[in-house]
Amino acid sequence: MGKEKKVDKGGSNLSRRDFLRGSTAGALSTGLLSGRAMGGAAEAAVDVQILGPEPLPMMLRINGKTHRMKLEPRVTLLDALRNHLDLTGAKKVCDRATCGACTVILNGKPAYACTVLAIEAQGKEIQTIEGLASGEELHPMQAAFIENDAQQCGFCTPGFVMACKAFLDQNPNPSREDIEKGLGGNLCRCGTYVGIRQAVLDVARAGKGGEGNA
Amino acid sequence: MPEYYWPEEGKRSLIGKRHSRLDGPAKVSGKARYAYDTNRPGMLFGKGLRCPHAHARITKLDTSAAKKMPGVKAVRVVQDVGSEIHFALDEIVFLAAVTEEIATDAIRAIKVEYEVLPHFVTEEQRDKAPEAKPAEEEVTGEPNAAMEAADVKVEGYYGIVPIAHCCLEAHGQVCEWEDEQNMTTWCSTQNVSGMPAQFAEKLNIPASNVRAVTQYMGGGFGSKFSADRWGIECAELAREAGAPVKLMLERDAEMTVAGDRPSAYARIQLGAKRDGTLTAWVSESWGSGGVGGRGAPPLPYIFQVPNRRHQHTAVRTNRAGARAWRAPRHPQACHLTMGVLEDLAAELRMDPLDLFLKNVSIMGPRAKTFEEELKKAAELMEWKKKWHPRGDSGSGRVKRGLGLAMHTWGGRAHRSNCELLVYPDGSVEAKLGSQDLGTGTRTVIAIVLAETFGVPLAAVKVNIGDSRYPASGASGGSTTVGGVSSSTRRAALNALEQLFAKVAPDLGVSPDQLEAVEGRIQVKGNSGKNLSWKQATAKIGVNPISVTGANPGVGKLNDSGVGGVQMADVSVDVETGLVKINKMVAVQDCGLIIDLKTAESQVYGALIMGIAYALSEEKIVDPVTGRILNANMEFYKLPGVGDIGELVVHMMKGRRYDERGVIGLGEPPVISPGAAIGNAVANAIGVRVPYLPATPDRVLSALEKGGMA
Repeated sequence: MGKEKKVDKGGSNLSRRDFLRGSTAGALSTGLLSGRAMGGAAEAAVDVQILGPEPLPMMLRINGKTHRMKLEPRVTLLDALRNHLDLTGAKKVCDRATCGACTVILNGKPAYACTVLAIEAQGKEIQTIEGLASGEELHPMQAAFIENDAQQCGFCTPGFVMACKAFLDQNPNPSREDIEKGLGGNLCRCGTYVGIRQAVLDVARAGKGGEGNA
Repeated sequence: MPEYYWPEEGKRSLIGKRHSRLDGPAKVSGKARYAYDTNRPGMLFGKGLRCPHAHARITKLDTSAAKKMPGVKAVRVVQDVGSEIHFALDEIVFLAAVTEEIATDAIRAIKVEYEVLPHFVTEEQRDKAPEAKPAEEEVTGEPNAAMEAADVKVEGYYGIVPIAHCCLEAHGQVCEWEDEQNMTTWCSTQNVSGMPAQFAEKLNIPASNVRAVTQYMGGGFGSKFSADRWGIECAELAREAGAPVKLMLERDAEMTVAGDRPSAYARIQLGAKRDGTLTAWVSESWGSGGVGGRGAPPLPYIFQVPNRRHQHTAVRTNRAGARAWRAPRHPQACHLTMGVLEDLAAELRMDPLDLFLKNVSIMGPRAKTFEEELKKAAELMEWKKKWHPRGDSGSGRVKRGLGLAMHTWGGRAHRSNCELLVYPDGSVEAKLGSQDLGTGTRTVIAIVLAETFGVPLAAVKVNIGDSRYPASGASGGSTTVGGVSSSTRRAALNALEQLFAKVAPDLGVSPDQLEAVEGRIQVKGNSGKNLSWKQATAKIGVNPISVTGANPGVGKLNDSGVGGVQMADVSVDVETGLVKINKMVAVQDCGLIIDLKTAESQVYGALIMGIAYALSEEKIVDPVTGRILNANMEFYKLPGVGDIGELVVHMMKGRRYDERGVIGLGEPPVISPGAAIGNAVANAIGVRVPYLPATPDRVLSALEKGGMA
């Protein structure tokens, strides 16, 4: 409703869920008190700066490049990538941190871009699927996905590739069981798991998990 | 006119081998642009207001606040005051705004009131349905007398609940008008060539002025053939706003209104002789296809029991209409039929594999293939070693069991046209108004071209996914691979005929003495007398060779009718009700295989989709509100990488299969997994879980009734 108040503690780790809970409370409060009064009360209580709802200047560091733009504080990292920067590799599917199609790597760890606000991704190193290959040379994980046909429609593929890459960075010698547990946060509808499982094992066996990444 | 045929085994360099899909690099690098990824200059974002009630009449609608909001560029009322809404999340208003956030705000600013009307969403209780249409009874032989005379009779109740397509790329499109009369849509469709006419009719412009583009699409499974109302409204918003509009369904709408596989329930009686020979079948089934109320399962499935009677009743519900879901009606029929067969085998204390083999003679025209496939699957599963009579699975809390099922499908090639250009520099380009759903269509076309010309795969260019290319059928019913491979093969042979005529004088033979192999045009049987592909094409002249190929056409390049057998090995925890897949075996034929790698992927994928509907996925409908409670991906449960066990895929190959030509593969392997898993669960725990998915609550409830818990 354009009335949400973003309470930012300067690079806090506010999750989208926390944020949504906050905005619900805000929306309820507008019927009872004025939004401004409520915001003021919140500000006084926790001594934080109120940002938005109007677009704010933001700076995102993506695949080694700095991007500046103006976004409303409620814009997710995923929407910022897709709608504002034309980086459409990360996909919007469930939009609720379930399917992993939007997986990017934030400071070396996999993250659901649909559930991170762009404003809180500032100051972090964001790696997207577009930044995984070195020029025309594919990352070993990408090559292994092709070799094992770990893709059909391909809509889950970029998210899966990023999740697999981040997983192997942290677990260079996984067992099949490790893979099955570690990659449970991504879903595929066409049913490409056999190829994905094998792709991760192949890259691990070749000891290439850490190659070609920042 | 050349002779149209597929090269025989030994003479194929590419067909039937394993090839990585050609669009793999684009997909793994995020470069593949789907409809959802289309960003156009000045593009607006569309959103819809949806009715929260399963049955209601709109009494008030006020969009004025939304219209006044800065950034809102067009608002279209789809269903106005007085309209009766027949299912939850049906569209009321669509609008477009400069950002997705403003569009969301504007939707919330619309005021709408409804008069809520009574709804019906629980079709399993067909007696309570306000609208149910029994079809005519189908009778063969003397079912009553045969049932009376049967040595053994079983009666069972089986059901399979509605599921969603759950395409990862939601339904939707971007629409952009070049001028008042010409529009382009980047749409997520299985039907590129069929889109212009659908849009044009509603937009009142000539179909030739509509261009549809689908380079990549993120899953359809039968739900994406139509332009849909949201497609038309997207185009209208773009026309009104004078700017391109992207309108993709949100996940709750995608799961609720954009796809529904009809449910099916059946009471079945089956009679047999003591030796397992089936003699009598009597069934009544019912199910819902939503507001359309369609989707009768073909019963009995495959087994043409000599004396049989069947009747189906279509029940209308207040749910969005059914859409074709991969192998429409077959997974339902398979579960219902294979379930009662397994129950009969258990009654006879007979191995169901033996029961199936005993009844090969009533399996129809593909009986011999089924027999071969049953034996192959049994070997790969080590069935005879592992199988135990129903319920004889030890005293531990985890019970292991085996189940089997079989299926059939047509898969006849659709109409397809291929335009082919061979340039003087040797490059080759094909154009087809087809689409690659992820099945490997692009790759298959390239393989056929490269094989026919004897050139490497990388030397041919395949253009698909654009309605400006020659029309090709929609990708549904496993019809694409046969269609595009046949039209492409014919086009390529036509081109080769012209090329041979150009180069024959240089080689001093008549054109019919030439062949194209390994990058050369050579005299048959004399590889020394040749021109390289490039030398040969240099003789074409200034203009490229430009030919077409069509399907259907002369020559036997495709066929229809395939079979498949699947077996499941599961473990069931009788304390938690949780079913785990240990192993599945799929044996499948599909005529001549063009790309073995993507063919196997179809079967692996089908097994996993089958595990989903067998064990976890279902639309949970709230009888009180009539809404889908799990219209999201958190509670609409799809299996993950850890839920699939070991999967073994075996494709039937060899002369007997090859000589039939190409047959579609998308549907058949997704038919059996549910039935095979359902039967394995029964074999493990000793009682039938009548419904799929066999979720823990249903397993526990069956155990309780069966006295095993």
